[in-house]
Amino acid sequence: MDTRDYDDVPGTYVLDSRTYRKGYHVNMFLMSLNRAECRDTFAENERAYLDTFPMTDDQKEAVLDRRYLDLLKLGGNVYYAFKLVSYDKQPPQVMYGQMAQPSMSFEEFQEMMGKGGRSIDGNRTIAEWNNG
Amino acid sequence: MADLIAGMGTSHVPGVGAAMDNGKTDEAYWKPLFDGLKPLRAWHASNVPDVNIIVFNDHATSYSLDGYSTFTIGVGDHFKPADEGWGPRKVPNMKGHPELAWHIVEEVMAEDFDLAVAASLDLDHGFTVPLSIAYDQPDVWPTSVIPVCVNVIQHPLPTALRCFRLGQAIGRAVASFPQDMSVAIWGTGGLSHQLGGERVGVVNPEFDQMFMDNLTQDPMANTKLSHAEFIREAGCEGVEMIMWNVMRGALNTEVKEIYRFYHIPVSATAYGAIILENK
Repeated sequence: MDTRDYDDVPGTYVLDSRTYRKGYHVNMFLMSLNRAECRDTFAENERAYLDTFPMTDDQKEAVLDRRYLDLLKLGGNVYYAFKLVSYDKQPPQVMYGQMAQPSMSFEEFQEMMGKGGRSIDGNRTIAEWNNG
Repeated sequence: MADLIAGMGTSHVPGVGAAMDNGKTDEAYWKPLFDGLKPLRAWHASNVPDVNIIVFNDHATSYSLDGYSTFTIGVGDHFKPADEGWGPRKVPNMKGHPELAWHIVEEVMAEDFDLAVAASLDLDHGFTVPLSIAYDQPDVWPTSVIPVCVNVIQHPLPTALRCFRLGQAIGRAVASFPQDMSVAIWGTGGLSHQLGGERVGVVNPEFDQMFMDNLTQDPMANTKLSHAEFIREAGCEGVEMIMWNVMRGALNTEVKEIYRFYHIPVSATAYGAIILENK
């Protein structure tokens, strides 16, 4: 089994060799949004631009729908996903709230952080989640 | 000879730069942070070195899955703020210090640290936000800089101990630089935060305070933390804290804590800053 010692940390997607390989093309698409000319091309026709990358259909649909948690599950990395949030001129808390489970609005996520953030207690292991 | 006078640790949350760039620092959300930075900025105003060595990480900006070195040092004579997807920050270009940078390369390579050497390296918020935190909004940055980029986003990462030892080697290199000048070193990133996944927003003040306490009381304790411990206890992106170990390793065994500030939240991050002077 290709396992890591952090695999039992719940709700966490580490960019390692497994996600690197699964998410290579979607992350390279996201990375391309660092360039103004690529942002313009994407804006002209999002689907057509995505089709220039050898991504899976699931990855393309997740991008088009802005389903960020699914994007991570499909190999995307959050630092790369920021490029898409920025492209949409959205604050990152929109993405954070959408990924959180249960999901939250921008305001709800801000409120959680304003109250000191998500507690580490109960969030260290998958076992804690299953027993909680 | 060059004299390493101090180290700073600070988070490098992009929102801090955006708040400054967009004139929001007096808003209720941001005021507690910028109030807490006042003593830090006062220290910087009266302790301006010739060069700041700034340890940071690139966030899929100049590096990507196509190539990401574990450690990179910038030897250019100037550096530009990067376009990270929303256009470059409107902050001044940064002046490099090729002479000291190359001296560090030569000295630490002789100690078996294999650095990638970059002349052209556009610098993202991981680098420019700490400058803004320290120096506010000047027309020209008051010091030269040497970027030291650490891979903390694409595993496998350098260990916490490796980062500390690199810092020790950098400290020795600075001490042997044959020019009278003052140098400081900054470790950036952290503290606890997680930006992705269902657990997004997790923070751990106890862990963060322990980490900052260790900087003066038991710095080697911070070198014994595994990446899995950082991820579990401080969030997936909290592992950035290993970059503070480079800073701490460069300083003397005995340091004096000048100022510490801790504040939640800054975006989804526990903000931490500390200033340590060499004894």
